[in-house]
Amino acid sequence: MFTAFHLAFKEIWRNRARFLLFGLVVALITLLILFIAALGEGLGSGNREYLQKLNGELIVYQDTARLSIAASLVGCDTRASVRSVEGVQDEGPIGFSSATVVVDGTPSLDVSLIGVAPGQPGEPPSIQGAGLARKSARETVIDRTVALLTGARVGDTVTIRTVQGGEDEFYTLQVVGISESRKYSIRPSIFVPIVAWDEIRAKARPGAGAEDPACNVVAVKLEDPSQIDVVRQRIQERVNGVEAVDRETAYENTPGYTAQQSTLNTQNGFALLIGVLVIGGFFQIQTLQKVPQIGMLKAIGTPNSVVALAVLIQIIVTTLVGVAIGGLSSFGLSLLMPPGIPIIFEPRSSATAILSILLMGPIGGLVSIRYSLRVEPLIALGLG
Amino acid sequence: MAIALEARSVVKQYQVGSGTVTAVDEVSFTLERGEFVALVGPSGSGKTTMLAMLAGLLQPTSGSIAIDGQELFGMKESARAEFRRRKIGFTFQANNLVPYLTALENVDLLLRLNGQYNAAGKRRAKELLILLGLEERLNVLPRQLSGGQQQRVAIARSLINQPALMLSDEPTASLDTERAYQVVETLASLVHEQGNAGVMVTHDLRMVDYADRIIQMVDGRLGQIVTPKDDLSCLSDPNAAACRMITAEELGYAEAGAA
Repeated sequence: MFTAFHLAFKEIWRNRARFLLFGLVVALITLLILFIAALGEGLGSGNREYLQKLNGELIVYQDTARLSIAASLVGCDTRASVRSVEGVQDEGPIGFSSATVVVDGTPSLDVSLIGVAPGQPGEPPSIQGAGLARKSARETVIDRTVALLTGARVGDTVTIRTVQGGEDEFYTLQVVGISESRKYSIRPSIFVPIVAWDEIRAKARPGAGAEDPACNVVAVKLEDPSQIDVVRQRIQERVNGVEAVDRETAYENTPGYTAQQSTLNTQNGFALLIGVLVIGGFFQIQTLQKVPQIGMLKAIGTPNSVVALAVLIQIIVTTLVGVAIGGLSSFGLSLLMPPGIPIIFEPRSSATAILSILLMGPIGGLVSIRYSLRVEPLIALGLG
Repeated sequence: MAIALEARSVVKQYQVGSGTVTAVDEVSFTLERGEFVALVGPSGSGKTTMLAMLAGLLQPTSGSIAIDGQELFGMKESARAEFRRRKIGFTFQANNLVPYLTALENVDLLLRLNGQYNAAGKRRAKELLILLGLEERLNVLPRQLSGGQQQRVAIARSLINQPALMLSDEPTASLDTERAYQVVETLASLVHEQGNAGVMVTHDLRMVDYADRIIQMVDGRLGQIVTPKDDLSCLSDPNAAACRMITAEELGYAEAGAA
């Protein structure tokens, strides 16, 4: 056992340039895998963040919309019916649209323009300032990313541009609060009262907002979140023309979300496979170069277990060093990323990626370990 | 003197296509402790195959080999590997040393493998290397050593565990004549001093001067057994007047003989 460590570490130390270079290759693969994972998390989060962090357990769609938010339209009558279902504590309308925020005199920051009812499910809690107060007021809660990118603070005004009947229209909104990041559709969000939203959202025909405008979906807060399935069933049975789903189902059905995540997962899988092949290839070439030496070691009586363990230790050490360098580089680079880039190093997905890379080393090295076990000591005598 | 090695009617055959090739044919001999023997013969005479069987690396087709009274092929592979590192010392033609270990670490390796890496073992490793004239090269990697120095490190490693049997396969193959003589002289004197038995395979008849006996192999069979003081012309010319057939008594067996 100790002899295996002795052999492994002496070889690494006396060939440190070669092992360090290979460690850097592992580091680059680690960097690639971590960034793909972070990009997956960033893009996924950019699509689902608002729905995932919604302060309501269920989301109600028009049943014929097939869980497409853009295709769904839920009216006031329906909302009243949902509210009356037993187990529903509160509900709130949510309308989705998009707008462009004027920064330094130029409309340059695309945002999701989300209409919500003040104080009702759908409005995110403000971490600075207050929440929305009146449903028709020209006020807004902006998310932290918008605040960062525009420099807007509570009490400031922001100007947004939307298209009304083919013409650009500019609206000035007072920032009453700033929420945590609440991206939707890969864009940061600004929240406005639902009536104001209906008025300023992009429309084919300009006009004032309705008193109780139709919304895309309804966020439902339950009295007892553990009864989610029961209440969901109840809503679908008692309210005509709706389909209620939990938040996870809702964001998984946002346009392109599943396809995007599968693409990134496939890329990650391929990157891991490349890692396995690269590590396997390196150690196999090294083992092939060492065949006479391994033959000699076996001829003088070195047990197979010592030979195999020495190779395994080298694989693990090289992978660990590579992952450490790659992980630290990823962390360093993430600090340099501008806020608009959808890269999020989420602890769980990063840990999963790192564990996968740590596993890929020994898996990649299995062939060389097996090969070294099969080297005949007779090779040392030129009889192999 | 105690018998260190006993080979009895050793045969090694290989299947080649539909036929059988006999590489070693009914070879028997014994070696006592403190005896250094040169195993000579032309290429293809079976001497390296014989050495591989003496080392327990190659199973004979028939016959038996005992070292220090223990039947080599009566034990399992793993037990044989352990026996090898405790009872048999090796030097090879080339690739003798672990390239990333210093001279001292290469010698220490056997101690580590045998769980004897302690102060006494370390001291003995140093002493052996110093005895072999390598006191200035203890902490030098093999690539920084000359061919002769590498062979001397290999000799030190092969002796560190005071093995019953020391085997050398063409230890002088890559050395110039002067270095080759030095290596063989060292090998022989250490075997004599330490009471090991030594077998050196060589095709170079100039290297047999330090051997106690010279065992010749021809076409897989025992040829002559002579001493360096004998007329060695028969080793290169079987029809020379001095050549004689070896006797069963010389082999140490009343019943076994060789052609």
